Amino acid sequence: MSSTDISINKDVHHAHEEHDHHHDQNFFEKYIFSQDHKVIAKQFLFAGIFWGFVGGFLSVIFRLQLGWPEATFTFLEPILGEWIVNGKLDSEFYLALVTMHGTIMVFFVLTAGLSGTFSNFLIPLQIGARDMASGFMNMLSFWVFFLSSIIMFMSLFIETGPAGGGWTVYPPLSALPQAILGSGLGMTLWLISMALFIVSQLLGGVNYITTVINLRTRGMSMTKLPLTIWAFFLTAILGLLSFPVLLSAALLLIFDRSFGTSFFLSDIYIAGEALANTGGSAILFQHLFWFLGHPEVYIVILPTFGIVSEVIATNSRKPIFGYRAMIGSMLGIAILSFVVWAHHMFVTGMNPFLGSVFMFLTLIIAVPSAVKVFNWIATLWRGNIRFTAAMMFAIAFVSLFISGGLTGIILGNSSLDIQLHDTYFVIAHFHLVMGAAAFFGMFCGIYHWFPKMFGRMMDEKLGFVHFWLTFLAVYLVFMPMHYLGIAGFPRRYYSWTGFEAFNMFADMNSFISIAAILGFTAQFIFLFNFIFSIFKGRRATANPWHSNTLEWTTPVNPGHGNWPGEIPTVYRWPYDYSKPGAVEDYIPQNVPFSQTQSSNLPHERDLE
Amino acid sequence: MDMVAKSFGEDENTVGIHPLKFSLWLIIISIIMMFAAFTSAYIVRRAEGNWLEYDLPNILLINTVLIALSSVTMQLAHNAAAKNNLSMLRMMLFLTFSLGLAFLVGQWSAWGEMVDNNIFFGGETSNPAGSFMYVLTGVHGFHLITGLIYLAAVIVASLKYKVHSKKMLRIQLCTIYWHFLGGLWIYLYIFLRINH
Repeated sequence: MSSTDISINKDVHHAHEEHDHHHDQNFFEKYIFSQDHKVIAKQFLFAGIFWGFVGGFLSVIFRLQLGWPEATFTFLEPILGEWIVNGKLDSEFYLALVTMHGTIMVFFVLTAGLSGTFSNFLIPLQIGARDMASGFMNMLSFWVFFLSSIIMFMSLFIETGPAGGGWTVYPPLSALPQAILGSGLGMTLWLISMALFIVSQLLGGVNYITTVINLRTRGMSMTKLPLTIWAFFLTAILGLLSFPVLLSAALLLIFDRSFGTSFFLSDIYIAGEALANTGGSAILFQHLFWFLGHPEVYIVILPTFGIVSEVIATNSRKPIFGYRAMIGSMLGIAILSFVVWAHHMFVTGMNPFLGSVFMFLTLIIAVPSAVKVFNWIATLWRGNIRFTAAMMFAIAFVSLFISGGLTGIILGNSSLDIQLHDTYFVIAHFHLVMGAAAFFGMFCGIYHWFPKMFGRMMDEKLGFVHFWLTFLAVYLVFMPMHYLGIAGFPRRYYSWTGFEAFNMFADMNSFISIAAILGFTAQFIFLFNFIFSIFKGRRATANPWHSNTLEWTTPVNPGHGNWPGEIPTVYRWPYDYSKPGAVEDYIPQNVPFSQTQSSNLPHERDLE
Repeated sequence: MDMVAKSFGEDENTVGIHPLKFSLWLIIISIIMMFAAFTSAYIVRRAEGNWLEYDLPNILLINTVLIALSSVTMQLAHNAAAKNNLSMLRMMLFLTFSLGLAFLVGQWSAWGEMVDNNIFFGGETSNPAGSFMYVLTGVHGFHLITGLIYLAAVIVASLKYKVHSKKMLRIQLCTIYWHFLGGLWIYLYIFLRINH
């Protein structure tokens, strides 16, 4: 394994000496408290996969309850213990399940697992840097995340159960321990865990932005960056601006819970007795929460925009269509994400005029989103498409993004939202557009960059089986939910059998649950493929996908420092695929124009 | 500093600003966002009524002067380091540290004054108006303590002759952060004065 020692002092460093300095690291320095961005990326990936299975498992449990509300689940007793009372799932534990499913999936898997993995792994490799700006801060980011994970995981096992007020933790429900079991110790742990999580995200985000701005290799201008890097960069900016606001909100909530303040509490009666708290505003929390909460959904989806753009261009063997439009639309989405938060609050009694302002701003997001979808399809158009497993997930991502995005236009209308608010229509919308789509983007990234991460290939056939089962399951789960939602079926309800209007949907709910279990089961194929391929997979070549970006110019197993010799210089954009006149159908970014005279365009002749 | 990967400096730097300094600015932005959230929450909440009006402790003005002075001494320390005037540097760093401490003590006594006037952080008689005041000063105070810790580290470094015109990064970072903390307090003070 080639390794470049990057810890030595600058003053004694000469480029040609790099091979000579082999700094022996022990096991802990190399794999546990590593400052190598590639190792940290893998740590985030493993943690993300672990959390993905936990979050998925929780959803299967509550889908059992929703699919068969009359059944008894005594067989779950060995796992859930006293949460199963006489074979019935405890109703407050049901709320805890949906809360933890949301929290885990949104924050621990699709924020930390996704950005943490791919920003860490790809930013230094694709911009041509030896490591992140601060390896130490990067390591700290993972270990703070790890600590936050442990606290959140612990809260699953305490007697009163984990937080149960929904992943949005609206007060007063979340602020009053006497309200439900889940607002007791579980909520306290939730808040501590999330505060640590935010610190971890800020440490990571500061690093990503600094690295992209400061450490690009020679020739790598901002307009020669792969779209992945643009996506990670904008994601990190969104996080940097929105997570501190959540920290503020969480802090005020902690004070309300534990220090007797009344920021969010006023005029509350519990069991006929008035609480002393006066002067607070519960709506204020929603404003603060959604000021983070809305950018957060773009923090989840933006990295996958980049990953999918890269994979689609590579596997269509075509330049990405509208490179600058892709950057512009991501910028547009990023900016708009900060001025649309109140569309989550249309039914809180807000001023209808204000509602129409937020509606207008929300609907504008459809424009840059449509630009992106158009460009992906235009990139595929007449491409020489190679259906790798990663490519399948990328194409399916576009499909999910369209089907989920269209319902966003419906929900963004403040008048339609009165009917659809807090129904399964909303569940279907955001699971397709940011849940499933982001998962598909993540799978796409894992299948595509696995060879660079582990030096081996994942099994393509198992990849296809995983893909088709997941793809089918996702649509089978979420398409019917639109119908439930339009019928007014409310989300977060433990049991709907008491409502005459919703009894007719029993079969549909069972169907959704069966599809959900199928989808969850399919993930074990992925897990097997992932673990098996790390050890026994076919050995990868240096550039298995014939891709243009810099990470493929490193050795198959890059050491700390990434390039054994000098860092390559960049001469061209990353999308020179199938360029007319070129010898091969790809020209990596580090190939100068002087070596490709047969394919140079007129304006590139000057650069020879 | 050894926190920075060696990769920096090998090739010419793309924007001409040290990565750690850039990171510090980003951290400052995130702190600004936190206080933007607090102060906008303050305004929104105040506009809804049921707001307890009370007099701000007078000592806040003295504290504001103290922290402004500490910014001046911090800048003088920075300039002294640039001119290799090490005795001046140490004196000014110590002075900054003492002024910072004095500011914190002053903030503490402001809290005491508020408690004497029955403006409590929490409890049955508390109103968000008072609680917000404690949160704003408290979170600012927390950041000021982090600033003091970093300042102490710079003082230790300066006693070991590790801060001079060729090694300015530490004190530059410290100066930026300290000015920011001072500026943040002045903003908070004016904000509280106006929205009262």
